[in-house]
Amino acid sequence: MAFIPHTAAEVGEMLESIGAASTEALFDEIPASIRLRELSGVPEPLGEMEIGRLMRERAASDGQPLCFIGAGAYEHHIPAAVWAIANRGEFYSAYTPYQAEASQGTLQTIYEFQTMIASLTGMQVANASLYDGASAFAEALLMAVRINRRSESLRALVPSTLHPHYRAAARAITSHQGVTLEEVPYCTEEGRILPEALTRYEAQGAAALAIPQPNFFGVLEDVDALSEWARRRGIPVIAVVNPTSLALLKPPGAWRGGADVVVGEGQPLGVPLSSGGPYFGFMATRMEHVRQMPGRIVGRTLDAAGRPGFTLTLQAREQHIRRGRATSNICTNQGLMVTAATVYLSLMGAGGLERVAIASHARTSELAAALTRIPGVRQAFRSPYFHEVVLRLDRPVAPVLEALARRNILGGIDLAPHYPELAPALLACATETKTSADIEAFASAVREVLSSQPAA
Amino acid sequence: MQSHGEKLIFEHSRPGRGAFDQWPQTPPDSAAVADIPAELVRQAPPLLPEVSELDAVRHFTRLSQLNFSIDTHFYPLGSCTMKYNPKACNALAQLPQFLGRHPLAPESHGQGVLACLYELQEMLKAVTGMRAVSLTPMAGAQGEFAGVAMIRAYHRARGDLARKEIIVPEAAHGTNPATATMCGATVREIPVRSDGDVSLEALRAAVGPGTAGIMLTNPSTLGVFERHIVEVAEIVHAAGGLLYYDGANLNAILGKVRPADMGFDVVHVNLHKTFSTPHGGGGPGAGAVGVGERLAPFLPIPLVGRDEDGRYRWLAERDLPQSIGRLSAFMGNTGVLLRAYIYMRMLGSTGMTAVAEHATLNANYLLARLTRAGFAAAYPERRASHEFIVTLKREARELEVTAMDFAKRLLDYGMHAPTTYFPLLVPECLLIEPTETESKQTLDAFVEALTSIEREAREDPERVRGAPHTLPVRRLDDVRAAKHLDLTFKPAASVAGTPSP
Repeated sequence: MAFIPHTAAEVGEMLESIGAASTEALFDEIPASIRLRELSGVPEPLGEMEIGRLMRERAASDGQPLCFIGAGAYEHHIPAAVWAIANRGEFYSAYTPYQAEASQGTLQTIYEFQTMIASLTGMQVANASLYDGASAFAEALLMAVRINRRSESLRALVPSTLHPHYRAAARAITSHQGVTLEEVPYCTEEGRILPEALTRYEAQGAAALAIPQPNFFGVLEDVDALSEWARRRGIPVIAVVNPTSLALLKPPGAWRGGADVVVGEGQPLGVPLSSGGPYFGFMATRMEHVRQMPGRIVGRTLDAAGRPGFTLTLQAREQHIRRGRATSNICTNQGLMVTAATVYLSLMGAGGLERVAIASHARTSELAAALTRIPGVRQAFRSPYFHEVVLRLDRPVAPVLEALARRNILGGIDLAPHYPELAPALLACATETKTSADIEAFASAVREVLSSQPAA
Repeated sequence: MQSHGEKLIFEHSRPGRGAFDQWPQTPPDSAAVADIPAELVRQAPPLLPEVSELDAVRHFTRLSQLNFSIDTHFYPLGSCTMKYNPKACNALAQLPQFLGRHPLAPESHGQGVLACLYELQEMLKAVTGMRAVSLTPMAGAQGEFAGVAMIRAYHRARGDLARKEIIVPEAAHGTNPATATMCGATVREIPVRSDGDVSLEALRAAVGPGTAGIMLTNPSTLGVFERHIVEVAEIVHAAGGLLYYDGANLNAILGKVRPADMGFDVVHVNLHKTFSTPHGGGGPGAGAVGVGERLAPFLPIPLVGRDEDGRYRWLAERDLPQSIGRLSAFMGNTGVLLRAYIYMRMLGSTGMTAVAEHATLNANYLLARLTRAGFAAAYPERRASHEFIVTLKREARELEVTAMDFAKRLLDYGMHAPTTYFPLLVPECLLIEPTETESKQTLDAFVEALTSIEREAREDPERVRGAPHTLPVRRLDDVRAAKHLDLTFKPAASVAGTPSP
């Protein structure tokens, strides 16, 4: 029970050694007035067989629908080797690598990961991960304020084309330190920020300009013009990017105005969808900002015999040393997901990742073409996009999605709650995991649903 | 296991190599991306490995074998609760339907996972005594952030804008003051008495109209139960402040006493400690937060609710208009939450209590045996909770062998070292937490190992100071690591150490 190995005899020997009459006696420092007589509200224990049955029933009831939802979490093929390795007990039951000599496996993996993320993003250094893309974005805002001490502004310019939950989480996390988010409006024709929209902010300065690529709609922003505008005004640029897209798209380090901090959601790199987590946030920056970057960082050094080895470094930034003056309170990060991503990127390489990016984009284009052939469905924006697309319908989207769900197809998300000005609009995504037959099945289902119900 | 060091994965690369079975099988069609403007397209490919699948599997499998882990070694890290991570929790959380479900999939296709999360909320309420729970914080530190943010939101909602100060004991975990700062609060430290309890006198002097609240762990970071916790709660509440419980040491008191009954208004639970979700080499964790009635409107969203007809649904902005908001893009570390749920169902009510009893038994047994072997306990008159502190200050002074040296030498004995140099209050300390899943044999071996190292410290101190000797690397130079920053592999340079800018 409870994976406790003690026999009654052993318990007796141990109590004797302690000099206590019973295990109850060991709790005699807890005031009697607050002692619990009996723990209620927790069911009786289950053996592994029983809990296995329950979990399999619950999993079966959730099913495995055909999914065309993106919106910040993307279904990609995950090679079997990725989790065969990440599920090894030596990786998943290890602790944070504080005793470096006993943790070279984890530390070297992170060093390799840092190298891959730095290169993918076109930056010079990366950390060992943050919790997810949204909280990484919040940390990037706080970092931008720290690195831009010259400016007194605590106002960050954040496009309304950035994922709504990233903006919400950033507010929840950074507002306590006085940071405000000013939402830059987008062009409803093009689904992106027009550089002219920034002119109104020129007089007052800003703590940072965030630039998503692609944005929440899947549309490609004019990253060169936007980053250059910020660079000219000494405003730090925070790039928020999709890591798969970086195999195909120009990385933030190569944008005309460059970037100061790059963050994003690492889930597409070998991490399953798993109802929203665990994922991981990645962060990369310029070498000159490394001491302001939160999170763990692994460095290579030498051991007492002059051989190379890896260790956590620059720990003076972190909570266990700086305490109240730390760059962030972050302690546990997302180590195991980073391990998975490092194996994934090793298997895919630049060539494989590029194929995934191209195939995902091609499938989405195919999806858009198939759906816009249906009367009542048209593409919302004429702008270039990457692997995700917004479609206008001729009627409210929610009932259509419900009808599709009854056919075991998840057709995307309804944009009405977050972008009522675009409604009725649907955000849909197809990755390399979808075949032409899948797309045809989706299109047929939509055709059937739309023709069986009258238009709004 | 001796090794001459593993190459980096990049050093195994050869141009043109790849794990082609994993790639999309059709070659890339440039026409498919012709609609992407040329100026947005990447020019130079990123530096990623070009290796076969066997190369990658062999490389990472060999790396894994360089690690100590719970599956392979005794790991008595204080405050980390390195208990066995049941394989069933891992396997069942990775059932394909759970693993493949999109976070924005509709509730109609999520009643199974939502049922697990709802019941997890209920069980966490039961063990903490709290009235409402949010599962969204993705780690203990995020749970702390949520807790302090809720306390501040509560005071603001009452129009009490002066309350900006968070009190922490001087022995608090670093995340506590770091969290307070992140929430825009100021930190006031109060001293701990020589018997390990917080000083009530100092607390009375510290509270006032500026007090937002106090953050406490109980049992404390010193490994002992805060015996005057009821008085502490009365003092803080009387001054208008709230109490925050850092759940790092919950394993010691499961089923024995509940934080709500101690007077706490908000708690975070480290699911990767008490509820055995894997530590993963540094995460992912989960820091669920529970609150009393006063703070319930402020919980971070989303939560899982249940309708009268028994259907589960997400509760978000509309349901909790005063919420402190979202802390992530989706709903937290669901996969971790499922593992905790499975573990808690396997434990059941009797299992929870047994956990605390055996964790405490193991710690007190080690304390008794080590004391008899001549080691100095930091709080010899106190019961150990699920952990306790040994101080090696005498060894450091007389033999010039430090806690760090003992820790490194323990690795040679095939055991991971306990937590060292935390809490800062106790010099040359080892914070030892065996957990309930370790047997008497393992504990006896640990006592023998430490006794043997003590003898070595007297007879052959260099052996201890030079440890570890039998691991893949010798002791690593941290000073050099920070001074000559080498944080990414650069293909041209193959030697570690270029001067930092």
